[in-house]
Amino acid sequence: MKRRDFLRHSLVFVSGASVSLAALEFVSVGELLAARPEARWGFLVDTYRCVGCGFCVKACKIENDIPLEANVTRTWVERYLILKDGRVLADSPKGALHGFTDQRVDRAAEGFEEVSNQEIASAFFVPKLCNQCDNPPCVQVCPVGATYQTADGVVLVDHKWCIGCGYCIMGCPYGVRFFHPVEHVADKCTFCYHRISQGLDTACAQACPFGARRVGNLRDPDDPIARILLTQRVGVLKDEFGTKPQVFYLGLSKEVR
Amino acid sequence: MIAERRPTLKNHVWRPLFVVIGLVALILLARAFYVPADFGTHERGYMYSYNRTGNIEEWKAFEAKYRGSQYCQGCHEDKTSALSAAQHAIIPCENCHGAAFGHPDDPEKLTVDRSRNLCLRCHAALVTPGSGRIQLPGIDAQNHNPGIECSDCHNPHHPNLAEMQG
Repeated sequence: MKRRDFLRHSLVFVSGASVSLAALEFVSVGELLAARPEARWGFLVDTYRCVGCGFCVKACKIENDIPLEANVTRTWVERYLILKDGRVLADSPKGALHGFTDQRVDRAAEGFEEVSNQEIASAFFVPKLCNQCDNPPCVQVCPVGATYQTADGVVLVDHKWCIGCGYCIMGCPYGVRFFHPVEHVADKCTFCYHRISQGLDTACAQACPFGARRVGNLRDPDDPIARILLTQRVGVLKDEFGTKPQVFYLGLSKEVR
Repeated sequence: MIAERRPTLKNHVWRPLFVVIGLVALILLARAFYVPADFGTHERGYMYSYNRTGNIEEWKAFEAKYRGSQYCQGCHEDKTSALSAAQHAIIPCENCHGAAFGHPDDPEKLTVDRSRNLCLRCHAALVTPGSGRIQLPGIDAQNHNPGIECSDCHNPHHPNLAEMQG
């Protein structure tokens, strides 16, 4: 073989081999549409508006058949107190089922801590619920396929299929999953899937007198939530975990975990 | 003398092999009956949507308990229109009157929460600079007429102090 031919053949071979298989695949319109369905549910929490009344927690528990006094809840409200000496105190008595009615901070086993008004630099409330992550770690760890993500982005638990092993409860970095005390399976916030599918608000958003909690379709450019996400500065919880949470917060600060 | 080579495997190999093949067939048969037809991999792939699709419909069929203030307005328009002028108009009816469920058929009557604690959810004075709470009128719950219900003096539908009852 001549040197010129050798070089020419090598060049053809290398350029041919460098074309990835993906480039030769035909794009299926159906697949593309399936990857971008018409709805992707998201949630916006405005922490400036939240007053810690806890009506959302009560409404959620009644709507979703979670025993009221059981120490588990699909959503809860946290109170953060940032003191002038730099200390951060946080509490959520009974998940704020009965709201916040006491200035003292609930320190669990250590009892209640008195905080004088002069010490407080700032204090605010942060509602929490399932983040309906785009990369949900709770779904990855399920050994039986009982928890999954729907095409419109909501992570659900199949109560008939769940074996109650609890991996997902440990896998969630936000601690939103719990063991249902009556059904004896893993349970979590569903964004009130039965309500949003009918065009209703979630029970928590409907119960909020101040509009601190809102649910919306992030794929709809005219949706009020989508517009706020596009035009304002919003934060998510534990971004560094790479879970891509779809619950967005207005007024998030670094003390909130 | 050289023994004749047998072309087939011996019985002691075949017998356990039959047992194993039988077990595998049995498991596959049981799986075919036990695993529903809609169980499998869906839109988000094996990692995020390996599930039973029928469950999505089961969740959609879950019963809604809260019907919204619009639903109340259908029959109680006198109450809702009077409330709409007051500061408490932002509070949904069901927050105090309880979830409607199938009212008026089931339950026929709703239980109203008139407790002091219900009002304190918003009106217990808390020092919370940085939240909407400080903009709400608040009382010191320990010293502001302890032991009696708020509704003895204040009308929850007309909460302004000019229209006080007591």
